[in-house]
Amino acid sequence: MLANFGKRVWDGRWAYIFIAPAMIPFVIFTGYPLIQGLLLSFYKAGVNRDKWRYIGLKNYSNLLTRDPVFPTAIKNTFLFVLGVVPAAMIICLFVAVLIYPLSQRRQSFFRAAFYMPVVSAGVVLAMVWVYIYSQEYGLLNYIFESLGLLDLLNGGEKIGWLAQTDTALLSLAIVVLSWSLGQPLILFLAGLGAIPDSLYDAAKIDGANSWQAFWKITLPLLRPTMLFVLVVLTIAVFQVFVVVQLMTLGGPANATQTIVFRIWVTGIVGAKFGYASAMAVILLAIVSVLAIAQFKLLDRQFT
Amino acid sequence: MAQNTYSPAKNLMPVDSSLRRRYFVGRWLRYLALAVVLALALILLIPIVWMLLGSFKIQRVALAYPPELIPSNPVLDNWERLLINRPSLRWMLNSFVVAGGIAFFGVITSTCAGYAFGKKQFPGRTIFFWLILMTMMLPRQIYMIPLFVLMKNFGWFNSYQGMIAPYLVYPFGVFLMRQFMQSIPDELLEAGKMDGASEIQLFRHIILPLSKPAIGAIAIFAFMAGWNDYLWQLVMATDELWLTLPVGVAKLTASGVGSIDIGVGMAGATFAFIPMLLIFLLFQNYFIKGITVGALKG
Repeated sequence: MLANFGKRVWDGRWAYIFIAPAMIPFVIFTGYPLIQGLLLSFYKAGVNRDKWRYIGLKNYSNLLTRDPVFPTAIKNTFLFVLGVVPAAMIICLFVAVLIYPLSQRRQSFFRAAFYMPVVSAGVVLAMVWVYIYSQEYGLLNYIFESLGLLDLLNGGEKIGWLAQTDTALLSLAIVVLSWSLGQPLILFLAGLGAIPDSLYDAAKIDGANSWQAFWKITLPLLRPTMLFVLVVLTIAVFQVFVVVQLMTLGGPANATQTIVFRIWVTGIVGAKFGYASAMAVILLAIVSVLAIAQFKLLDRQFT
Repeated sequence: MAQNTYSPAKNLMPVDSSLRRRYFVGRWLRYLALAVVLALALILLIPIVWMLLGSFKIQRVALAYPPELIPSNPVLDNWERLLINRPSLRWMLNSFVVAGGIAFFGVITSTCAGYAFGKKQFPGRTIFFWLILMTMMLPRQIYMIPLFVLMKNFGWFNSYQGMIAPYLVYPFGVFLMRQFMQSIPDELLEAGKMDGASEIQLFRHIILPLSKPAIGAIAIFAFMAGWNDYLWQLVMATDELWLTLPVGVAKLTASGVGSIDIGVGMAGATFAFIPMLLIFLLFQNYFIKGITVGALKG
């Protein structure tokens, strides 16, 4: 038995050589920090290494019961995900179904337009949107004023999109949404391309209208693609950081705090390594549960 | 775009556009919906156009309300200050080195590991692959703090190695490469072995040439990820000369609360955007291929 295992390892020696360039940095720069982070979360740990002290679960209990901001950050992160992910999926599905029948050239115009915000760094868009959202001289207020929307919504006053607690989170979510459309759209178009036309011909012959064809053919056959998009988007939106750091710094009144932003503020800026690691572990727990749930759904597709 | 191969009609007659038109709703309704999509596409382009226009506005014009849609008196002032007064060219160099390094190492590790995972049997294959796949699903920020402490111990702040090291393995690339390798027929490798090729020769002369499309996709995605990365580069660079372009550009407007210099900010944002735009326009097909290979099996 053992000899057999040894032989299989020996037979696989070339495979180990080929995975080594990936596995060695992986262990040093991913595996080790992951475990280290788990351990650090039980310590009171700051810049001075000699003063690191084991405090058990205290970081966690403080985070969940005493921290004035972290629960809000968790809530906001979920609001981001619950707002952006379904919106992106529905918009992309709608757009994909509509532009699929177009000629290749027109289709690639739309693909490029929707993919453009993905290509431009988050930083670039965040900076432009700060300018657009500005209360005194922003383009958005100007557009709203021109359309008569300011009178309708705010009694003619200009809106401080990023300065008001009731609009700040939504304003950031729209920026994140704008760069979350490109990839799903391309995936949906590819998914549509994999559905045989003959199914639609058959449906046509059977007298189905296009609404029925969409619900009975398109949607069920796009299911695997939709699940994949769901996973990728959820994880991407969970990491929302750039917009917060560059546009609001978590304000006003903590309305736009997110988990990753708290990790940065606490761990990097504030050098409270232990406390920030506990935040990261909570993020890990949330993402793992979601990833496992979504993977269960995807299992058939990947293995 | 994947073309359909199943449709028997396709072989019998020229592709009839009505065959592709799967949604036989009324024409006008479809046009109306398309108009909505077109409007959406244009809305997505507005910020980019606004950024470009803003880069030519002096502060007084940039702060004008109602805004001047087309700057009446465009100036190069902002660009001058960006390119001459700030080390923006150095930032661009930093970005090219970092993104290029990440792409280069990402391709090497992905191709080698993807080949082993896709084509070889060995104990631990599943567990190693899932370990890497898991990190594709996990946000990097989860282990950012210990990594930060590690880099501190290495003394790797303000250095290229510090910025590149955490990205030596590109999990999405490993995943994509494995999928790709599985589509290469085993017979090719068998034939190579029969001819007495060594493992290295098999890899170099059979696998590598066939993997070019996947390598291209991975290189571009890793480059884009490296170029657009913000948080880690922000953490690693404390010296102005070591900032990457997105981080440096972000600091242009952050300095001096109250008197934000919009024109320079917009010029900087445009400057950071142009290289990625060119890469996207040149390699659009690789982007699309890369995105779809990972998602659709086979």
